[in-house]
Amino acid sequence: MTAAIDPIYVTDTLIAEDIDAYLLKHQHKTMLRFITCGSVDDGKSTLIGRLLYDSKMIFEDQLATLERDSKASGTQGQEIDFALLVDGLAAEREQGITIDVAYRFFATDKRKFIVADTPGHEQYTRNMVTGASTADLAVILIDARQGVLTQTRRHSYLVKLLGIKNVVLAVNKMDLVGYSQERLYEIVKDYSHFAKQIGMEAFLPIPISGLKGENMITRSTQMPWYTGQTLMEHLETAPVNDARMLDVPFRMPVQWVNRPNLDFRGFAGQIGAGVVKPGDAIRVLPSGKTTTVKSIVTYDGELGQAIAGQSVTITFNDEVDCSRGDVIVKADEPCEVADQFEATLVWMDEHEMLPGRPYLLKIGTQTVTATVTEPKYEVNINTLEHLASRTLGLNAIGVCNLSIDRAIPFEAYATNPDLGGFILIDRMTNATVAAGMIHFALRRSQNIHWQAVDVDRDAHAALKNQKPAVVWFTGLSGSGKSTIANLVEKKLHAMGKHTFLLDGDNVRHGLNRDLGFTDADRVENIRRVGEVAKLMTDAGLIVLTAFISPFRSERRMVRDLMAGGEFIEVYVDTPLAVAESRDVKGLYKKARSGQLKNFTGIDSPYEAPEAAEIVVNTTDLTAEEAASRIVDAILAR
Amino acid sequence: MTTSTPAAKGLSASTLTHLQRLEAESIHIMREVVANAENPVMLYSVGKDSATMLHLAKKAFYPAPPPFPLLHVDTTWKFRAMYDLREKAAKDAGMDLIVYHNPEAVEKGINPFDHGSLHTDMWKTEGLKQALTKYNFDVAFGGARRDEEKSRAKERVFSFRSANHRWDPKNQRPELWKLYNTRKSKGESIRAFPISNWTELDIWQYIHLEGIEIVPLYFSEKRPVVERNGLLIMVDDERMPLAPGEVPELKSVRFRTLGCYPLTGAVESEAKTLPEVIQEMLLTTTSERQGRAIDHDQSASMEKKKQEGYF
Repeated sequence: MTAAIDPIYVTDTLIAEDIDAYLLKHQHKTMLRFITCGSVDDGKSTLIGRLLYDSKMIFEDQLATLERDSKASGTQGQEIDFALLVDGLAAEREQGITIDVAYRFFATDKRKFIVADTPGHEQYTRNMVTGASTADLAVILIDARQGVLTQTRRHSYLVKLLGIKNVVLAVNKMDLVGYSQERLYEIVKDYSHFAKQIGMEAFLPIPISGLKGENMITRSTQMPWYTGQTLMEHLETAPVNDARMLDVPFRMPVQWVNRPNLDFRGFAGQIGAGVVKPGDAIRVLPSGKTTTVKSIVTYDGELGQAIAGQSVTITFNDEVDCSRGDVIVKADEPCEVADQFEATLVWMDEHEMLPGRPYLLKIGTQTVTATVTEPKYEVNINTLEHLASRTLGLNAIGVCNLSIDRAIPFEAYATNPDLGGFILIDRMTNATVAAGMIHFALRRSQNIHWQAVDVDRDAHAALKNQKPAVVWFTGLSGSGKSTIANLVEKKLHAMGKHTFLLDGDNVRHGLNRDLGFTDADRVENIRRVGEVAKLMTDAGLIVLTAFISPFRSERRMVRDLMAGGEFIEVYVDTPLAVAESRDVKGLYKKARSGQLKNFTGIDSPYEAPEAAEIVVNTTDLTAEEAASRIVDAILAR
Repeated sequence: MTTSTPAAKGLSASTLTHLQRLEAESIHIMREVVANAENPVMLYSVGKDSATMLHLAKKAFYPAPPPFPLLHVDTTWKFRAMYDLREKAAKDAGMDLIVYHNPEAVEKGINPFDHGSLHTDMWKTEGLKQALTKYNFDVAFGGARRDEEKSRAKERVFSFRSANHRWDPKNQRPELWKLYNTRKSKGESIRAFPISNWTELDIWQYIHLEGIEIVPLYFSEKRPVVERNGLLIMVDDERMPLAPGEVPELKSVRFRTLGCYPLTGAVESEAKTLPEVIQEMLLTTTSERQGRAIDHDQSASMEKKKQEGYF
């Protein structure tokens, strides 16, 4: 071994002398997960590389490679370039491979560490939020020469947003400012001011040189004026999140019901908060049913107590309904249950947020449907200004209201990340599109109760002697939707049926006149039409709608609004070329010449139905034939 | 005993140790898979990582047996001792064991001596795809760890594969908190890695602490070996071709990783017990994968193999 610098973190002599004693000692290590924030220029890779190197996580073959690479392509002359140990991702980045977070592992005699390393500038918000979501601690790097920069503010804001309590301000490259105490004080003063602004309660400044190893493992001889902990000392003693979650009421989201035979019914999950013991009174949410804990079952025998962080299986003393997605809580200190929230969203998808579109929301172990309102405001994370915005694009952060299709147990993210942090999933692409943190429930949903009426929808329908329905025509502009819908209504009317035709153009003159043709507005257009159509079916009508309605998501949203069997999707399948050649309203011509933007089929997509109840091909059928066929189908129900 | 926080309300609760925290995380991941998957399977390669993963599965679903079968995508070239433990481990866990051989590789007699990298391609990469398709498994547990190799550091816990089992590294989902998005599109399947965050040392310590049975090849013993391209190869059966005049030597050796015997290098060692193995590992100076011929094939070979569907 011909390292220019020998590892300072000496291998425990116990390994060679008494391995059993060593192992016993190491069984009781704790684990700390942390994130390092900073750009390449701040010396982040060097810092991580240095920690790996000093804790002897580098093997001789890797070291040989490192030395060779340091000389060939390193930036430190003949010395070891620690950054090369972790910069292996650069090449992958160039190939366009998504790297949100790379995880590195090292251990000392006291702890095992998992470092989340988040490379990249453009994707930084998304990456850092992902890495920070599992971190107990954050190391925010500052270049001592540069001081507090815009990006320092950005990193700190995200650290605070994700609720990391333990923050180290690592003022790096002290060697380049002559190990100046004054310089450190200046930076700390600047940062304190900013920390107060974002509500960061505390942070620990440590002056270091990652490159030279000053105050990394051992106290720096260059900075005798600094008497605090070295970075490693702090990492080895800082509290982990699980510890913070012990002194709070018990919560466990149920992952899976274990039912190997008729005699055993256990509820498996990872305890998110608090402590549980056999005999404890508990409550199952959202149902609110109560019982007591019979036993805590594990492979290693029954436990007298289980704590936050443990994965266990709990049995009850009473037969109480409980399934995946429910949350088991302390009976006299339950968490709230609600269906509307205010939350901060971090948007993570290339496709911008569409207010009004239903997304899947996963929180704890339950997955529900949620719609998001327009942001109350978007946060400029560089200046912390609140900006007005109608949507959120990739890496944008904003505060929105969410409406859930049913009431769910939750807690504020700041209280319990396990029941307050959620992800949003696009129902069509299945992509994870956002991360969210609940602030609080909106009271209004609890105060507006559904008014029960005596003349109900069945009564309305019975009087009209018909089965209500929404016959939803979808297809390109000029496909023949309105023409056919109009014929269908005439036929039904002639038969004495009570109908109403909602036409896209007509609705845009009134109810939806405030809406344009952006994706977000198209979603809202369909949402409103869906709600109106639903009210009309409640009144017993057969509703015909003729809207391009280009997105599957929204058509599905309307379908979900209606009672089973009352939504009939009619796909008017006319090829684009045919519709364009008809061009009844001259719109295609305008769109082609660029006068009309966001025109479906030209510069805005049309998603054809995958399983429409009725498909009419207008190149084979006349409008009259198509209408007859549809009427037959409506009446045949 | 490290206690970072005073016990809650007079209870003697303390912070979980690193192994307890890792164990709880792995169990959580396994339960998420079972709660969401239609037809999950656990890939089982008989090595120490598989042994640990299987042990964790027993814990996750106790008192029920793990509610999925084990799948061994076999090459017919594993060490004999591995085949012995394979049967026993499945039986002990009360799980079904599916052994799959790529019929084309069987027919062509693909072997590591004559076919080079085709051996891995056909038996393992193709074999795995065929087996998953044949049994219609939608989620497969694998024992990969992020610390194994630089390129694995960024691996997701849930990794999605297209209908033809290809991995698209440009289209991966962010994983936040412990909220795994397990939604898959038609035809897609998932590889789930419950021991992503374990290191080699964690695995060994856990095996020691839990008394998990592993293949005896991990412990030193006098074994017949020959030296090939700098690797000590054990002559495990009569199929091993010897050069004229080449005589296997009896050496005290053990294996740090297990695979096909003709491709797996032994290390000279006197470590006969688990603590001795761990001791040797901690004092050793070369990284784990050096004993595997597959990585030396070409640079970034793991990455390429992964894209093609080799785990």
